[in-house]
Amino acid sequence: MSRLEVLKTYKIFIGGQFPRTESGRYYKPLDSKGKALANICLSSRKDVRNAVVAARKAFGPWSERAAFNRGQILYRIAEMLEGRQAQFVDELMRQGSSKVAATNEVNLSIDRIVYYAGWCDKYNQVLSSVNPVSSSHFNFSSLEPMGVVGVVAEQSTSLIGLVSLILPAICGGNSTVVLASEKLPLCAVTFAEVIHSSDVPAGVINILTGSPEEMAATLASHMDVNALITSNLETKLSNKLALLSVDNLKRKFDYEENWVEKDKQALHYISDLQEIKTTWHPIENVGGASSSY
Amino acid sequence: MEIKSYISNKIPVSPSIDKVGVEERIARFQSRSIKNEAKKQGLNMVLSMIDLTTLEGKDTEGKVKQMCYKAKHLHDHFDGIPQVAAVCVYPSMVAIAKNELRNSSVKVASVATGFPSGQTSLALKLKDTKFAVEQGADEIDMVISRGKFLTGEFAYVFDEIAAVKETCGKARLKVILETGELVTLDNVRKASDIAIYAGADFIKTSTGKIQPAATMQVTYTMLMAIRDYYDETGIMVGMKPAGGISTAKLALHNLVMVKEILGTKWLSNEWFRFGASSLANDVLMQLVKIETGVYQSNDYFSID
Repeated sequence: MSRLEVLKTYKIFIGGQFPRTESGRYYKPLDSKGKALANICLSSRKDVRNAVVAARKAFGPWSERAAFNRGQILYRIAEMLEGRQAQFVDELMRQGSSKVAATNEVNLSIDRIVYYAGWCDKYNQVLSSVNPVSSSHFNFSSLEPMGVVGVVAEQSTSLIGLVSLILPAICGGNSTVVLASEKLPLCAVTFAEVIHSSDVPAGVINILTGSPEEMAATLASHMDVNALITSNLETKLSNKLALLSVDNLKRKFDYEENWVEKDKQALHYISDLQEIKTTWHPIENVGGASSSY
Repeated sequence: MEIKSYISNKIPVSPSIDKVGVEERIARFQSRSIKNEAKKQGLNMVLSMIDLTTLEGKDTEGKVKQMCYKAKHLHDHFDGIPQVAAVCVYPSMVAIAKNELRNSSVKVASVATGFPSGQTSLALKLKDTKFAVEQGADEIDMVISRGKFLTGEFAYVFDEIAAVKETCGKARLKVILETGELVTLDNVRKASDIAIYAGADFIKTSTGKIQPAATMQVTYTMLMAIRDYYDETGIMVGMKPAGGISTAKLALHNLVMVKEILGTKWLSNEWFRFGASSLANDVLMQLVKIETGVYQSNDYFSID
C-alpha cells in the first residue's frame, strides 16, 4: 500500500507563534513547471498590525540585551540553519534553483549570519566617536537602534535576500516585521522555524507571506514603524512607500544589490538602521586645561 | 464597635452558573462585526465611561494632578474627544483631585475601606469612607471582606456593605467583589447578589491588584445579577469592570455584552464604567486610526 504524503502547512510567524493569517486567505505560488508549490497564507494589513505590536513589545528587551549575548543568539541561528541545510536546498530547488546554486545560496546565508553575529558587540565601538569641541565638555557620540524596522524582502530570491536584510537590522538591536517574497515564499517560512528554534526572543523577527503590494503600504504608513528597508523594488512601489514613510519621518532604504555576491555584507547595513546620539558631558576645566581627551 | 444588623435575611438564593454556557455566550459577543461608524461611536462612548485610575503606593500630588489634566484633555490635537467619566484615587489624594477638577464634569472616585485587601476593622473602614466623603469624593469604591465571604459569613459581608452605604451619604457606592479571589462563578453571582441587595449603586469586578481581574465571564455573571435584580425591583444598578481591559477591542466587546444583556439604558457613564489606566490611549489610537487610516504609535500620545 502506498503511503499518503503529509504536506507541510506554511504559516506566518508573529510574536514567536505560527498563526494562520487573520484574513483566512491563501494563495498558491507556482514552480517553474506551473505546478502549485504549497498553500501559502495571503496575509492582510491586520496581520501587519499584529506583527508591529509584537515587534514593538520585543524591541525594548532585545535592544537592552548585552551586545555579546545578541551575538551568541545570532550565531545560534547559523548553527540551526546549518543543521537544516538539506531542507533549504530542497526548497530552493523546488522553487527553481539548480542544485549548485541552491547549495551556494544556503551556505552563503549561513556565513552571512555568522558575519553579522560577529559584528554585534563591535559595531558600536567602531562607529562611535569622541568629538573635539571648543567648550568644557566631554563630547561623545554612540549608536542606538531605531526601533521597529519594516523589511520588504527581495522578491527574486527566497533565502539570501531575506537573510541579508534581516540580520543587520537585528544585529543592531532592532526588531523586524518582514514581508517575504511573494513568488518564492517557502524558505521564509522555514527560516521562521529556524528562528523559532534558536534563542531569538519572540517578536524580534516576524515574517508574513503574501502580496507586498498589498501590505507594504500599511507598513510604510504605520506610525510605530521607525524604518523601512527594501531591496530591488520596482520604482513605482518604492516611490509610493517613500511618500507614505514621510508622516513619522521613517528612514527608508532601497538596496539595489545582488545578494548572492559574497561581499554584499557590510557595516553600513547595520549603521543605516542606527540613530546617533551625541552627549555633551560638562567637565571641570582646571587651570585652563584643554578639553581634549 | 457593634455591627448594626441590617436586613441581611434579605439575601436571596442565587442561581447556579453554567460555566460552559457562559463561555459559549461570550464567544458570540466577541464575534460581532462592528463597522467603522458604529465603532467610532463605540470608542467615543468607551472614553466617556473610563475611570482613569492611579492606585499605587508611589502616587504623588504631581502624578494625580497630571492624571486629572489628562482626564479633561485626552487628546487635544483631535476634535470631538469626550472627557472621561471620573478619576479614581486613594482617599489621601481626593482633595487634590477635587481641586484640579473643580470646573469640569469629571467626577472624583475614591477607594476606601482598607483597599485593596479590606483586612481591617469595620470601625476603620467606616472612618476611611467618611474621610474620603469629607474630602469631596463623589463616588466610593469599597472592597468586600473576601475572607468572610469564603468562610460563608454572608450576613457579615451584607451588613458591612450596608454600613458603608449609610456612611457614604450622597456619594455613590461601588462595591468591589475582587472576583479573582472568589474562585468560582457561583461565588461571583452570590457576592453580586449580596452587594446589590445591601445597597450597592455599582458593582465592580476587581481592585486591579489581583489576577485574573475583569474577565468577560465574570462581567457577564455580574451583569446577569443586575438584570435579575432589575427585572424583580425595577431598580438599576451600575457595573464597572476594572483591571485587565487594556485594549479598545476588549472594551467594545464589553459594550456589546452590556447592550445585549441590559439594553441601551445602561449605555452611559451613569451606569457603566471601565476602571483602567492604559485603555484610554489604545482607544485614542484606534479613533485616530479610523480618521486617518494610519496605524498609530504610543510615541505620539501622552504617557499618563
